[in-house]
Amino acid sequence: MPFSISLTVNGQPNSIALDDPRVTLLDLLRERLHLTGTKKGCDRGQCGACTVILDGRRINACLTLAATLDGSTVTTIEGLAEGTELHPVQAAFIACDGLQCGYCTPGQIMSAVGLLSEGHAGNDPERVRELMSGNICRCGAYQGITQAVLEAGQILSQNNTAQSRENGRNAA
Amino acid sequence: MNRFDFIRPANIAEAVTAAAVPGSVYLAAGTNLLDLMKIGVTRPERVIDISRLPGLDRIEWLSDGSVRIGALMRNADLAYDTRFAATYPAIAEALLSGASAQLRNAATVGGNLLQRTRCAYFQDTASACNRREPGSGCDALHGENRLHAVLGWSEQCIATHPSDFCVPLAALGAVIEIEGVGGRRDIPIESLHSLPDASRALESTLAPGDFITGLRLPPEAASFAGNARYVKLRERTSYAFAVVSAAAMLDMDGDTIRASRLAIGAVAAKPWRAHEAEAVLVGQKAGREIFEKAATAALADARPSGDNAFKITLAHRILVRALMLAYEGTPKVMPALPASPFPEQHLSAPKADLHVA
Repeated sequence: MPFSISLTVNGQPNSIALDDPRVTLLDLLRERLHLTGTKKGCDRGQCGACTVILDGRRINACLTLAATLDGSTVTTIEGLAEGTELHPVQAAFIACDGLQCGYCTPGQIMSAVGLLSEGHAGNDPERVRELMSGNICRCGAYQGITQAVLEAGQILSQNNTAQSRENGRNAA
Repeated sequence: MNRFDFIRPANIAEAVTAAAVPGSVYLAAGTNLLDLMKIGVTRPERVIDISRLPGLDRIEWLSDGSVRIGALMRNADLAYDTRFAATYPAIAEALLSGASAQLRNAATVGGNLLQRTRCAYFQDTASACNRREPGSGCDALHGENRLHAVLGWSEQCIATHPSDFCVPLAALGAVIEIEGVGGRRDIPIESLHSLPDASRALESTLAPGDFITGLRLPPEAASFAGNARYVKLRERTSYAFAVVSAAAMLDMDGDTIRASRLAIGAVAAKPWRAHEAEAVLVGQKAGREIFEKAATAALADARPSGDNAFKITLAHRILVRALMLAYEGTPKVMPALPASPFPEQHLSAPKADLHVA
């Protein structure tokens, strides 16, 4: 029973024909759209390596059927940087040494982006750790990951403050 | 994963008709269902996608003081709704203690009610399991069973219900709204999940096609907001199912308990409402002594189903801890580690170069 879905991925609209409803969002991204930045770790929602932002929320792409996503918008790790300018969360992961082998890193970064937009962690490392617990790092780079999320959070809130000051000036 | 027909009904009536056909399952977020389909535990012939049905993803505050929660509301949206969390803090705490942020962003209220057991023998298709395959036996009985049931189990099945959310819901007497082949009906949450009996291990009382559209909390559920906690012991700090959990709520008149609500999680095939313990507390002066008596009453019928006698002791202590914490009062802000039985530790941010000499 073939059918098609429209899916915006990293700002790019796609019309995707699905011949099989079993395709997960993760497999669609990796195997059909060739966006292999999103990683397959456990494929069971336990490790967080496949974390992407779906309609503004971080979710596990491995536990989402593509067929259910007609009209949705997805952001993957490939969609974060603006040209050669890294997203503040990406830059913070490098600055804070928030990785070793790097396999979990796209998921960690997408999860951190989601966490910061949710806005429930403040600058509390305990809350960051708790809200990042859906992302497993077998190298154990958690120290640097927590630090990176905290630093990126500070930079993003400074940017927001600067932006709203700018907006205020423009409005005046 | 087996092949299946993918069906997208336009409304609830179409969904019910489609799902009443044998071999059908409802798909909401799929955080539990897809996992089970990948490991071959669930092999549906028809998947009925209800995830986009309109009108089921909201909270409705009703004029009689009750509240209705739509079945497709996401766990995170419910837990972070300011008014909801202030009115039913133990439910918000339970939701935030479950799964991971990614899963809470996806998982729905209705799906959480119907999530399947995490018993390893249920999940392993090479093992005997009366739930998965009625009549095949129960390999958990003589297997790794330290996390299995201590209340309401039978030789047919010793699995536990894994939900955190359902524990405070059971304590507060939630009502489940169902649309079925025969029309609409309401059932109390205590009648939703089944306990195994001597011959069978049915999971719920739902019939084919039954569609959970939402749940209601009765008006009196709001009277426990000031003294309500959920406490959950896990084998790691976060992102783990409960070894034992408890929801404790008190309606206080000075030091005297006017009413109480108590339920235990991860001890039975359903969230376990402790009616006897609630009765022990009514009209008494709050304090450790009466809380101990209540916990004893709650677990009077508990017995190990295997290598898990420790869970009875643990459940007693978690009940007392939950009652003590509830008596202290609902925290003004959600703890950093929701439902943790351990005191909060707000350590300063570790420096990134700490591991460099």
